Amino acid sequence: MAQPLVKKDDDRDDEMDYSPFMGIEKGAVLQEARVFNDPQLDPRRCSQVITKLLYLLNQGETFTKIEATEVFFAVTKLFQSKDVGLRRMVYLMIKELSPSADEVIIVTSSLMKDMNSRTDMYRANAIRVLCRITDGTLLTQIERYLKQAIVDKNPVVASAALVSGIHLLQTNPEIVKRWSNEVQEAVQSRAALVQFHALGLLHQIRQNDRLAVSKLVTSLTRGTVRSPLAQCLLIRYTSQVIRESGMNNQTGERPFYDYLEGCLRHKAEMVIFEAARAITELSGVTSRELNPAITVLQLFLSSSKPVLRFAAVRTLNKVAMTHPTAVTNCNIDMESLISDQNRSIATLAITTLLKTGNESSVDRLMKQITNFMSDIADEFKIVVVEAIRSLCLKFPLKYRSLMNFLSNILREEGGFDYKKAIVDSIVILIRDIPDAKESGLLHLCEFIEDCEFTYLSTQILHFLGNEGPKTSDPSKYIRYIYNRVILENATVRAAAVSTLAKFGAMVDSLKPRIFILLKRCLFDNDDEVRDRATLYLNTLGGDGSVVETEGEVKEFLFGSFDVPLSNMETSLKNYIQDPSEESFDINSVPKEVKSQPLAEKKAPGKKPTGLGAPPSAPASAADAYEKLLLSIPEFATFGKLFKSSAPVELTEAETEYAVNVVKHIFDNHVVLQYNCTNTIPEQLLENVIVVVDASDAEEFAEIASKPLRSLPYDSPGQIFVAFEKPGGVPAVGKFSNVLRFIVKEVDPSTGEAEEDGVEDEYQLEDLEVVAADYMLKVGVSNFKNAWESMGSDFERLEEYGLGPRDSLTEAVNAVISLLGMQPCEGTEVVATNSRSHTCLLSGVFIGNVKVLVRLSFGIDAQKEVAMKLVVRSEDESVCVAIHEIVASG
Amino acid sequence: AVSTGEDRSLEMETCPLVKNILLLDSEGKRVAVKYCSDDWPTNSAKEAFEKAIFNKTQKTNARTEAEVTMFENYIAVYKFVQDLHFYVTGGEDENELILASALQGFFDAVGLLLRGNVDKKEALENLDLILLCLDEIVDGGIILETDANVIAGKVASNSIDAGAPLSEQTIGQALATAREHLTRSLLK
Repeated sequence: MAQPLVKKDDDRDDEMDYSPFMGIEKGAVLQEARVFNDPQLDPRRCSQVITKLLYLLNQGETFTKIEATEVFFAVTKLFQSKDVGLRRMVYLMIKELSPSADEVIIVTSSLMKDMNSRTDMYRANAIRVLCRITDGTLLTQIERYLKQAIVDKNPVVASAALVSGIHLLQTNPEIVKRWSNEVQEAVQSRAALVQFHALGLLHQIRQNDRLAVSKLVTSLTRGTVRSPLAQCLLIRYTSQVIRESGMNNQTGERPFYDYLEGCLRHKAEMVIFEAARAITELSGVTSRELNPAITVLQLFLSSSKPVLRFAAVRTLNKVAMTHPTAVTNCNIDMESLISDQNRSIATLAITTLLKTGNESSVDRLMKQITNFMSDIADEFKIVVVEAIRSLCLKFPLKYRSLMNFLSNILREEGGFDYKKAIVDSIVILIRDIPDAKESGLLHLCEFIEDCEFTYLSTQILHFLGNEGPKTSDPSKYIRYIYNRVILENATVRAAAVSTLAKFGAMVDSLKPRIFILLKRCLFDNDDEVRDRATLYLNTLGGDGSVVETEGEVKEFLFGSFDVPLSNMETSLKNYIQDPSEESFDINSVPKEVKSQPLAEKKAPGKKPTGLGAPPSAPASAADAYEKLLLSIPEFATFGKLFKSSAPVELTEAETEYAVNVVKHIFDNHVVLQYNCTNTIPEQLLENVIVVVDASDAEEFAEIASKPLRSLPYDSPGQIFVAFEKPGGVPAVGKFSNVLRFIVKEVDPSTGEAEEDGVEDEYQLEDLEVVAADYMLKVGVSNFKNAWESMGSDFERLEEYGLGPRDSLTEAVNAVISLLGMQPCEGTEVVATNSRSHTCLLSGVFIGNVKVLVRLSFGIDAQKEVAMKLVVRSEDESVCVAIHEIVASG
Repeated sequence: AVSTGEDRSLEMETCPLVKNILLLDSEGKRVAVKYCSDDWPTNSAKEAFEKAIFNKTQKTNARTEAEVTMFENYIAVYKFVQDLHFYVTGGEDENELILASALQGFFDAVGLLLRGNVDKKEALENLDLILLCLDEIVDGGIILETDANVIAGKVASNSIDAGAPLSEQTIGQALATAREHLTRSLLK
């Protein structure tokens, strides 16, 4: 009995696999295409052959030039047939073949005949084909017919002409613009799609004429646009007009807002959504404007259609970034979406909730997310991990539950990218939230006990070596590290040996025991592991005596490498190519940092975060700057570097010379580091200096300048100019800069420069040293505690009127950036409709003085903003200085 | 005439654009596809996109309602029936409901044209109708028509039996057959 059943299944499988194109072969089909040349055409057979040809093309097969030409000529013969179906396939085939200009001429007359045919389908399709394959010269010949077609009674013909017009406008704008009158007539068409296509074309014709677009929108928003698609277009154009016209200042009303709001009651969902989205994207949208849009989006959240739910949650997710409070009404609907079948929707819902959540809802939310995480793909999990990381930075007091969550998911299954995202997040939390450090490090230790990714294990070991010795009880990490030496592959073992050595060097009490462990590593079967162990034992004094390791040795073993690796590589390559008796001298390697090559600079990538930029990105950038400055004898006496600013661009993008500047602040000095790049291959610049005019910076006196001997193409270099300034005072001022140099022509083929150069100069933008340059952004995890423990001894309170402002947010941001301090506990975000706001800031002022600031803002109906500033610090003069910054800002 | 990714902001201010329409089988192989964007310049780029979108969506249930996903920098809406997977892709800022209306138009028009017998075998046997159908839905990325009856009507009036175009009534009948077929297959 079983046998026939199986047989039957087999039959079914055969049937399922059956395809009319089975075994199809290009050569054979091209042979078959000869039927196109038969004197007696068989339309059915010809259609079948065309379908086969189209099937081949659709499957990715390509025809050679000769094959394509042959097929094309054969197909043109088929215009003789009167068969409507065949003609339709001919049209398709010609479009697919995209014939060359001289081939187009062959079919032009046939297609023009069809354009004037009495059959609507012929007219519509011939227009689409002809416009697709034609060039400008032919267009003038058929223009008359196209204009007629635009106002054709048949909507299909009109649409064909209008859509073709939209495409042709890209290549032949001057011709298409002449059709304005006809297009305008078509906008009034009763046929929905004609109206849509006509509106699209009319707008494109007029898009560079703001006034015309504004008139178009004004008249259409009053009238009735029938087609939902056309209505969506009109909403987009309206948003554009609103963007360009700005708020009507007399009444405070936004022009056309009523129209957008009316569209929220349209019967087509696509229109409602388009309008809701347009409202959420209005610049400076108020909560009153936002509310109706949020309400319809909220209704969509519980729709039975996944696309509607997705559209709504995606939009609300975006709104939550700027107006978190406006979205909180949707939280209940949002929470039920966590279990949505569509995981894209669920993930968007989760991340929205994470953005709108307040401190008290964190724990509940984490519980829900835990269940959710087990059944989504890694790519979604990464999004959630990133959202949790920013939540944790926003509410540092909640680090315990968020850190626990991260460590739990770290233990579960997951791919490399997901695990890396979690580890990166833990590293960032350890770095930014001091209280989270010890528990975070232990979580990472537990993770490497069972980690399948060598990269992550070595990175964590390295991080552990930097951070672990500084903790209260470094000994508890040793077990985890030594386990790596016993259990892992050679790469991880070598990393673990280095980490052990760091603990040994930094923590004297652990040293004897570490040496015992390192001695065991001398018997490892891997060269690198043995070599490292030997090196560390010899340099750290592994003879068993407990001596404090000398600073020089520590610096040699663990200090950051002060030579840029790319420079090191180049120097070593040169050394190998040109061997000499002398040994390689590391001091011969240039220390000047070669900033990113041009190509990368144009496309600014994501900032490396977490382990991607170990050991700690901000600190190491500062370290690198400090090293660089100390290596310049003129600056060696300036003392400790307090702060280096982010680079400020002094040239427009894509100019001949690209220059940015980094401001290095010392107690009594300011060093300006100009990073210069020459972007002209035909030029070599020599003796490059920056002439700085400090006449608008009275308190600054130039004391040293370090020019750049030569600046070849695409090889960045630095120029330094140092100023003296009064100590401890946040001196401010404006500097104007001119780049002066000798330019020499370079022959790009040989790369050789001419002997003689010409002196030239290049104006750079001005640069300002501002009060914020003297402030380090340093956050505190618990502002209230920090505030109270600082005490009110030197507290200073002052009230300020900030004048009329666009919004409270704008005022808050202005004060934050003026002071250059770190906002704490997410207080930089102003609730949408609130009329008052309190913002907490923390920082370290020059002289290493901790500063805490409490700002209270209020805004009245005239948008006048008042601010109360309370500052506490360990130094009264700093409190005074903070008020001076605000008073003079 | 097809716009490239560079002028995305312009796209948003102009027409809603469809980047591609795909009809794949239950193993992710092509039945018929139409690309209206330079985002995928080679056939291998197209195949890679199809493979990726198929893998991402194959386990979802898109049989009663159209589903949607974010994918690379695209929004894709999709619907499955029997061994056929229908997709419409647009840019990440596109109004997904507009894409969904194009998908529904395509899906229902194919149902009408295949008289309710919507599966891979039938689709391949009537590939000319499917290709014409794609041609009637978009032109260079711009939506031509989303009403399934109109799309199917335009395709059918061109079919080989030109003497007997589908009348409105027969289209209605075909739709009824399609619905009946769908219900029956759901009840199985």
